Amino acid sequence: MYSKKVIEHFTRPHNQGKILNPDGAGIVGNPVCGDLMKLYIKIKKDKNKKEIISDIKFETLGCASAIATSSMITDLAKGKSIEEAKKITRDDVAEALEGLPPIKMHCSNLASDALREAINDYYNKRKRNGA
Amino acid sequence: MKRIYLDYAATTPVDKEVLREMLPYFSNKFGNAMSIHNFGKIAGEAVEKARRQTADFFGAGLEEIVFTSGATESNNLAIKGVVKAYYEKNKNNQTFDKPHIITTLFEHHCVLDASKSLEKEKLAEVTFIKPNQEGIIEAKTIKKAIKPNTILVSVMYVNNEIGTVQPIAEIGHMLEGYKNKSRKHKLIFHTDATQAVNYFDCDVNKLRVDMLSMSAHKIYGPKGIGALYVKQGTPIVPIQDGGGQEWKLRAGTHNVPGIVGLGSAVSMIKEQRTTNNKKIIGLRNYLIGRVLKEITESKLNGSKIKGSPNNANVSFARVEGESLLMMLDMEGIACSTGSACSSGALAPSHVLLSIGLRPEKAHGSLRITLGKYTTERDIDVAVNKLKKIIERLRKISGTVLADYYDQKTN
Repeated sequence: MYSKKVIEHFTRPHNQGKILNPDGAGIVGNPVCGDLMKLYIKIKKDKNKKEIISDIKFETLGCASAIATSSMITDLAKGKSIEEAKKITRDDVAEALEGLPPIKMHCSNLASDALREAINDYYNKRKRNGA
Repeated sequence: MKRIYLDYAATTPVDKEVLREMLPYFSNKFGNAMSIHNFGKIAGEAVEKARRQTADFFGAGLEEIVFTSGATESNNLAIKGVVKAYYEKNKNNQTFDKPHIITTLFEHHCVLDASKSLEKEKLAEVTFIKPNQEGIIEAKTIKKAIKPNTILVSVMYVNNEIGTVQPIAEIGHMLEGYKNKSRKHKLIFHTDATQAVNYFDCDVNKLRVDMLSMSAHKIYGPKGIGALYVKQGTPIVPIQDGGGQEWKLRAGTHNVPGIVGLGSAVSMIKEQRTTNNKKIIGLRNYLIGRVLKEITESKLNGSKIKGSPNNANVSFARVEGESLLMMLDMEGIACSTGSACSSGALAPSHVLLSIGLRPEKAHGSLRITLGKYTTERDIDVAVNKLKKIIERLRKISGTVLADYYDQKTN
């Protein structure tokens, strides 16, 4: 039912854990469906003053595909600029995992939403601090 | 890697002796039990022997045993057959009441969905009784739900997910008070005994049931065969058209090897029950003891006292069932869960929700069911691996659940 890639990321997830004092964090999902995902990001500016996701970590309570998509989004987003990271879609995540079972596409493929939440959180914090 | 099977409530392996008795009926003794010639006679005799074995086990008459394709069909026939008979009886009556069915919220899907489909087609009204937090349906709760138009009460004997045992005999006794002739409609009592047959007395006279469903593959028999006990005089009609098999109640060529297997499996239970039950209860209590002691934030679902010998259903905080099941499977341990993901549904187990579990606790549940081939070593290996996997999954989920609730309240 699951691709090899999903199993790989499920059994050995990348970038799992917390970032203390993150620049942004986002939680998506709900306990009724059974999947909850939290993404932490750290932002740095590169030499062109572009904001880059320098570190990213996740904590996920959920099924195998929820854990695998969390792990995959950290791989896809790490080192990318915020503008690039915002463009990552659910389909991108699923594709990078060599596909997800149809039923999981909706309920357990929340990682890109979590990333956007974390980025929004970063924007909000920046606004508050900048004001 | 030696694989350890701890999912006996899902299905059981066919006992070697049962298999040996079945084998001749595939190819050598292949006749149609309804045929008049010698081939048919041999098959017919095998079917009748199995019917005798089954009837003896349930304390029933031969003509009260109907072979079906399994418990799902037995339950469908019981519920829809009784409602259909009610309509046939009242077809010339202009003012008859819509029939009322009482069942429970935590029945197997085949009972729930058969009832719901009758409700949807406006053929019956249905009351679904909520079990108490221990997972028990009390006779007095059923009593309160009875209406003048109630024609059928269906309560499972042992719950398939949490293993709780329902007071069937007590409910049967209570319902007998409604069976006097002054009542306009006959009140039928049905029980789905699928998970009970291995472990509990299923004498229909003691249980005071009118109908009882069972399946062979839960008792070390083959899949695709089951039976429905129908007490003489019960108003029921077939729901499937065809030949006149099974007292004209269940059309379709007899599954002769299956029926032989069912008879063989059922006839072995009584002699093995005392030793098996004792062994399995011991292992189950050992398992529950170790899990609750050695894994923090674990909780037994259902009732330890009023539980089936083979069932342990435990919820683990901050763990999701499908992940847990997959990791256990990678380590060679086969169990089951009430998580939605495992079933392809969107909501977690209706059974666990019905006894008041929060969704995340239902998602984090593990059903371990033992059988006659389970050993203490199996339990030790399974618990040791389970401990490590829970630890690992809790590390992956971190504080996300607490953070989610914090965020919601802020």
